[in-house]
Amino acid sequence: MPCGLFFTSYEKDDAIFKTKWLKGWMTAFAVFLLTYPLYGQQVSDLIGFNTLNLFNLIFIYIIGAHGLNLLTGYTGQISLGHGAFMGVGAYTAGILANMGVPFWLCLPAAGVMTAAIGMIFGIPSLRLKGLYLAIATMAAQFIIDYAMRNWTSLTGGSSGLIVPAAQIGDFVFDSDASFYYIGLLFAAGATIYLKNLTRTRTGRAFIAVRDRYLAAEVIGVNLFKYRILSFGISSFMVGIAGGLWAFYITIISDEHFTMWLSVQYLAMCIVGGLGHVLGSIFGVVFMVVLPELLRLPAEALTDIYPNIFGIFASLREMIFGIIVILFLIFEPDGLAARWHTIRAYWKLWPFSY
Amino acid sequence: MQEFLQLIVTGLVIGSVYALVAMGFALIYKATSIINFAQGEFVLVGAYVCLWLYNSMGLPIIVAFILTMCISVLMGIVLERLILRPMIGEPIISVIMITIALATVLKAFVTIVWGTQIQVFSPPIFSQKALHFGVVRVSEVYLWTVGFAFLFLVVFAAFFKFTRVGIAMRAVADDQQVAQSMGISVKRVFAISWSIGALVSAVGGILVGNINGINIALSDFGLKVFPAVILGGLESIGGAIIGGLTIGVLENIMGSYLDVYLGGGVKEVAPFIVLIVILMIKPYGLFGIEEIERV
Repeated sequence: MPCGLFFTSYEKDDAIFKTKWLKGWMTAFAVFLLTYPLYGQQVSDLIGFNTLNLFNLIFIYIIGAHGLNLLTGYTGQISLGHGAFMGVGAYTAGILANMGVPFWLCLPAAGVMTAAIGMIFGIPSLRLKGLYLAIATMAAQFIIDYAMRNWTSLTGGSSGLIVPAAQIGDFVFDSDASFYYIGLLFAAGATIYLKNLTRTRTGRAFIAVRDRYLAAEVIGVNLFKYRILSFGISSFMVGIAGGLWAFYITIISDEHFTMWLSVQYLAMCIVGGLGHVLGSIFGVVFMVVLPELLRLPAEALTDIYPNIFGIFASLREMIFGIIVILFLIFEPDGLAARWHTIRAYWKLWPFSY
Repeated sequence: MQEFLQLIVTGLVIGSVYALVAMGFALIYKATSIINFAQGEFVLVGAYVCLWLYNSMGLPIIVAFILTMCISVLMGIVLERLILRPMIGEPIISVIMITIALATVLKAFVTIVWGTQIQVFSPPIFSQKALHFGVVRVSEVYLWTVGFAFLFLVVFAAFFKFTRVGIAMRAVADDQQVAQSMGISVKRVFAISWSIGALVSAVGGILVGNINGINIALSDFGLKVFPAVILGGLESIGGAIIGGLTIGVLENIMGSYLDVYLGGGVKEVAPFIVLIVILMIKPYGLFGIEEIERV
């Protein structure tokens, strides 16, 4: 294991996998992810809940969380509307799929549609900052939510919209294990895309806009262009996540895409670490796995408090809120920062001075 | 015409409660620069506490009301000290998120303790008897609501204008550092702002609870406050009051005239459409302070 970074060329410094160790670990992790469905069922039986389903949810949310992280973490624009944007993606994909459009066309269409809507609501971002932008995107959330609920001829309203399972050629992705690979493909794609984006001119412009937007404008970064672009890319990603959600769950209704989902996305990014690619992954894993883990003590307590499942949803929300508060007060940089500290510690262990 | 007048009058009633809650919101924002997404949950908690004291504990309404005020003030102080003070100087996103998380916790707490069923003050505090003013018909409880809302608005307006604490609060809102160097305790002003914010929200909750009963949806009140304060300008307390009244009337009128075309529920979304329009045209509202940046 290396105890520091000793690069002798810029290419090495710029590389994604900076050391052989990292490359080795990432390869091992990729192999693990690729082969997981082969024995996932056995693992699920062993520990008592459906891990493949959990993985699929994690993959879908990672795409959306990367999107929001790009907007909030890298460009510094707050969005409280990403739940609704995900809904736009889901409904676009669902409606197109019902019209007979093939799966591989529905997803990009969902992304483009969501990007367009996201950019419209991103327009005020040129004049508005921080607080005002948060309120504007919150209004977007409510307006889109209203449209999803009441435009019944298009969305099916509260009775929901049934979406056929994803299909390429004759192969139907209708099981957890087969959908796993679609999810993995897109989640890995989104991760690599975001990681690479932050190393390009555009990505650096985003970061400049976040850190000192006046200075950025002075040295020639077009604020309006990059803010809108950030909204566009971010919404595109969350739209793809919505499209995948539609094909995975196969029935979509407006109830899923409420303000609560937007808040959850933000919480994922904050708990994980804003402005870190790893952050959105950690945040999603934490936020998706935690409710499942909470279920176990809840089941154990049913003997003592028989009505615990009645209040379980509220209890979960309460714990969710408390966790976010604790993170914001005690670890505002999120799990990703903690991960870096731990790694730095072990690099030099036991001679940390 | 009669219907139109009726809509304006009922809109003004709800609008006066919006104005009250919006005043609390603007006050917190002005003094502490924290945008409080938990304002609606303050409304909810206040309403439920009063209902619990009145219905289950059997206290007279005056006592229940005063006790609720005390509990709200206490809640404001405790929350400010434990959760919001560590957030001073943190990025906006963290501050926004912590109030959202606080809202989640308060809402879940209310659901666990009092359930989700709609509950009413029994026996009712104000009578529902309808009174006629020309063509407009108003029930008595509406009049009481407007009366109390305006009473509190006037009392607090006078408080900011004339009392020593009120002047200290305005000084802190104007410039924290100068205020501190003049011997004003900024921390105390923050605590007072949060407790007044919680107090007026609780009053709003009790007033609305008398009209429609109380359930978890009452927290949506906090969201309707955003259009009100954006219309008035975030920094302006007077603007919040005018904004609250306007939004109350607008949502009522838009709701009843557009429902036919858009399939119901317009009332819920109309304020937010107004909000987007205001942000596009005049982002700092009617009385807000326009930020001018120079390099």
